[in-house]
Amino acid sequence: MTDISPHQDTPSQGGAPHGSNGHGNAPARLGYSPVADIPHKPRATDTDPKAARRAERQVATMFLLSMLFVVLFVVAYIAIDPTAVVYIPVLGAVGASNVALGFTMGMAILLVGTGAIQWAKKLMPDVEVVQDRHDMSSPKRASAEAEANYERGKEESGFARFRLIRRTLIGALVLFPIPLVVMLRDLWTPDEFTKGKSPADLLSTTLWAQGTRIISDGTYQGSHGGEDSGGEVAGEVEASEDSVAFRPIRPEDLPVGGLIAAIPADLPEVEELEGNFNARGKAAIILVRMEPDEIRSQQGEGWDYQGILAYSKICTHVGCPIALYEQRTHHLLCPCHQSTFDLADSGNVVFGPAARRMPQLPIGVDEEGFLVAMSDFQEPIGPSFWERG
Amino acid sequence: MKFLAARRRSPLVASALLIGALAVVGGGYAALASVQPAEATMAVGTETQVEKGKQLYLEGCSSCHGLEAQGTKVGPTLIGVGAAGVHFQVSTGRMPLAAPGAQAPSKENIYSEDDIAAMSAYVASLAPGPAIPSAQQLDYADADVAFGGQLFRINCAQCHQAAGQGGALTQGKYAPNLMESTPEVIYEAMLTGPQNMPVFSDSQLPEGDKQAIIAYIRDLQEASSPGGLNLGRFGPVTEGVFLVVGVFAALIAAAVWIGIKSR
Repeated sequence: MTDISPHQDTPSQGGAPHGSNGHGNAPARLGYSPVADIPHKPRATDTDPKAARRAERQVATMFLLSMLFVVLFVVAYIAIDPTAVVYIPVLGAVGASNVALGFTMGMAILLVGTGAIQWAKKLMPDVEVVQDRHDMSSPKRASAEAEANYERGKEESGFARFRLIRRTLIGALVLFPIPLVVMLRDLWTPDEFTKGKSPADLLSTTLWAQGTRIISDGTYQGSHGGEDSGGEVAGEVEASEDSVAFRPIRPEDLPVGGLIAAIPADLPEVEELEGNFNARGKAAIILVRMEPDEIRSQQGEGWDYQGILAYSKICTHVGCPIALYEQRTHHLLCPCHQSTFDLADSGNVVFGPAARRMPQLPIGVDEEGFLVAMSDFQEPIGPSFWERG
Repeated sequence: MKFLAARRRSPLVASALLIGALAVVGGGYAALASVQPAEATMAVGTETQVEKGKQLYLEGCSSCHGLEAQGTKVGPTLIGVGAAGVHFQVSTGRMPLAAPGAQAPSKENIYSEDDIAAMSAYVASLAPGPAIPSAQQLDYADADVAFGGQLFRINCAQCHQAAGQGGALTQGKYAPNLMESTPEVIYEAMLTGPQNMPVFSDSQLPEGDKQAIIAYIRDLQEASSPGGLNLGRFGPVTEGVFLVVGVFAALIAAAVWIGIKSR
């Protein structure tokens, strides 16, 4: 591949690029480094035929071993039970098949590589060579031709002469991107849940409303039964019989120091209709309880219920769900960027990059004694967005 | 340095670099994985047990928690923490505290099962509180591991990490690793909310849910790693470190070998 003859296709660039000793475009003299003017030191394999044969054998052995590992791979694939577990020091208890297949395949390709390198290092010529870079610019003739083509095209099309055509063409090209911009409106799909609401409206409101019951967030999906729960559905799990999953919460269910991840009672239904987690992403809350005299401030008068506070679960920095609640310090820590909110003090930010406090949900109890929301959040939950300023 | 400079082109360099890198990664991993289990069972408190427990309490605990367990500036009151709270703190070696700090670390338990039972009985005699879970409460054999996993991810994973490996909290506090935790200790931790852990009482997570969570944690504890080193099951962070430190070093070693001039 490397060409050690002078480059006939490029004319001499005037002045030898490699100094004054004149081997710029000359063939490298064998046995002599053309780069550093030092004698080339031959390898053992260059001078000693025995060493050369030894190197040959080494390379061939690596290629042979590679073949052997391919055979072993096939054998391991057939012979080893994919579920078998084997103990290997350092690695621990691992799948025997995984390890055997990975090792044999890895060794097969590695030995081809090392064999090739060994071949190149020991047996292929190791003479230093100089290869000049060709001229970077196009030949004069080619650029002159391109220029002439351009001028002729300008002349023949009459682009300069037909002023009306020129201006209407520019107008057409300027208007063309408008449909692309208009289509951005589709980013909010007018389905029955979002009809008539701008993206800013959607970001500012959640499922919570006055009287919405707060239920414990027991599962992601499926465990709340339903008409189709008769058949065996893969991946669905059954809640234990006394589980509080999707059950409304009474104040006495939550002891001081306790934490409940909760959602609005209508979320499971809405989630099923919408077929996505958008509503959950906004409505998820945590309920915590502290002694009423531990609450230093809240976002609204009497928004707690006997020391039970409801805060959004969505970090106001970039929207990670948070429930790392420290019951002694009342700090809520976001694991993504360490924003820390003090739930005993209006959910204010005490540390980290979050710029807004954690929105609080005003809560109370309904006539049956279950915890309910008193309204939607009074400020948008989650990270800031343009319209919010 | 001269020795190193003279030898850096030796054919052994590549293997030395590779072995060195493997030793650093392997050694570092082994140093991070140390353990200490603790277990005890519990009988109902009798008169003599309470008496014995009081003595042990006065000797080991009263300097911080007060002579009447009423709490002092340096230790909270123990009235109402119940037998479960005492058993959790003492059997895992968290109490007595060796030195004040952000959080009481789990360490070698210095008390016998009888002693712990006595102290639990004494504290339980002060005021009602969560009792040590019975063998029947701890029986998770029929619990649904998958459902436990969902509950774990909703209620526990935020601090203890999805695979129960624990994680950092604020200002030096941390959620401990659960890989050595016994069902009893897990149950008690949920009941009592030790230190900064929130309480998960039976009205929040009923017995069946707690058993499901325990079944999930036991499943994690027993799970093998079919792919080999799990690197603490922390996911991309430790795997990335392993790649950068171990695999990149191996690649550099290979590049050095390719580049060494043959003699």
